[in-house]
Amino acid sequence: MALLDVLGRIFSKDNTSSKEVAKERLRLVLVHDRNTISPEYLNLIKEDLLKVIREYLEIDEEALQVNLANEDSAFALVANIPVKGFKRTRMAEVQGSSMT
Amino acid sequence: MKSRVLVVTSGKGGVGKTTTTANLGTALAMMGKKVVMLDTDIGLRNLDVVLGLENRIVFDIVDVVNGNCKLKQGLIKDKRYEALFLLPAAQTKDKTAVTPHQMKNLTNELRNEFDFILVDCPAGIEQGFRNAIAGADDAIVVATPEVSSVRDADRIIGLLEAAGLGKSKLIINRLRSKMVKRGDMMDIEDIMDILAIDLLGVVPEDETIVVSTNRGEPAVLETASRAGGAYRRIARRVMGETVPIETENTDNLVDKFKRMLKLAR
Ligand SMILES: Nc1ncnc2c1ncn2[C@@H]1O[C@H](COP(=O)(O)OP(=O)(O)O)[C@@H](O)[C@H]1O
Ligand SMILES: [Mg+2]
Repeated sequence: MALLDVLGRIFSKDNTSSKEVAKERLRLVLVHDRNTISPEYLNLIKEDLLKVIREYLEIDEEALQVNLANEDSAFALVANIPVKGFKRTRMAEVQGSSMT
Repeated sequence: MKSRVLVVTSGKGGVGKTTTTANLGTALAMMGKKVVMLDTDIGLRNLDVVLGLENRIVFDIVDVVNGNCKLKQGLIKDKRYEALFLLPAAQTKDKTAVTPHQMKNLTNELRNEFDFILVDCPAGIEQGFRNAIAGADDAIVVATPEVSSVRDADRIIGLLEAAGLGKSKLIINRLRSKMVKRGDMMDIEDIMDILAIDLLGVVPEDETIVVSTNRGEPAVLETASRAGGAYRRIARRVMGETVPIETENTDNLVDKFKRMLKLAR
């Protein structure tokens, strides 16, 4: 690095080089870009979840929420599935048989 | 030799796809290969101008895929190399005028005649991109050392992988060694750390690109052009030769010296 650049960096308020700033910003946007899933993909998951859960519970399909949440670098599929009622006959079938 | 279809892509516009297609195509023709370049940037035709062939256009890629003319009639022969051809983009249609299926058929037909089929891709990730990659074996991703360009390249690499293309390679374009040295531009290593892809070459920021584009003569034709030299080395790597990646030092000492000698020739 040329002497003037070094002096410039020392006397300016911001002494990290702009490339370091670029790298860090790039790292952060890519963590996000690489780990987002498209709404279409999320919808597929949602529909398949519905298909399974419908068998066991009466759910409020309109209010169902499925999202991919991330904190730092850990991910979780978070689903909020409001239950409207229970499928008594189905429950009786399964629970009844397991009791006998 | 088995023919290869290479798509030159980037996501972001203005990073050097068309410049790369013109120079790589010309360099491969200089090495004796039979090459055709396809401009798939429908509505924003440019490759013809960079190659200096804009006055020879009669038909275009849309005419060819729709059967308005024969494939042979659509191909424009280069001024300098017998075995170098261009299939220009249509200027008055839009990107939906060609389908990925038609592109695949077109590239397959061209495989019978050519060693290399280079596809110049438009910016973006929509239909123009899907058309351009439809018949490709591998991709060359072009990026400049900037946050937005590297970010888009990352996205494109993901999409190419999802589309089942072979191993993509990266060209870093418009690298400015002075800015790298003072820490104001990401260098080769910084970019390679981020992108999951092999490096095909590094092209410096170079005024000769502007001059050669003005004249419609690709920089590879100019022995003294640094960017042209970089593209000639890239062409050798595409041919499978091992050519070391140019670093700051070799550029400053060896190349400067070489250029002095070239001037004397
Ligand atoms: N290495 C380079 N040095 C200087 N100018 C360049 C370089 N590469 C590309 N350019 C210029 O950048 C502009 C965009 O290049 P182009 O190849 O048309 O990009 P794209 O096809 O990706 O949109 C053009 O004006 C071109 O001359
Ligand atoms: Mg272009």
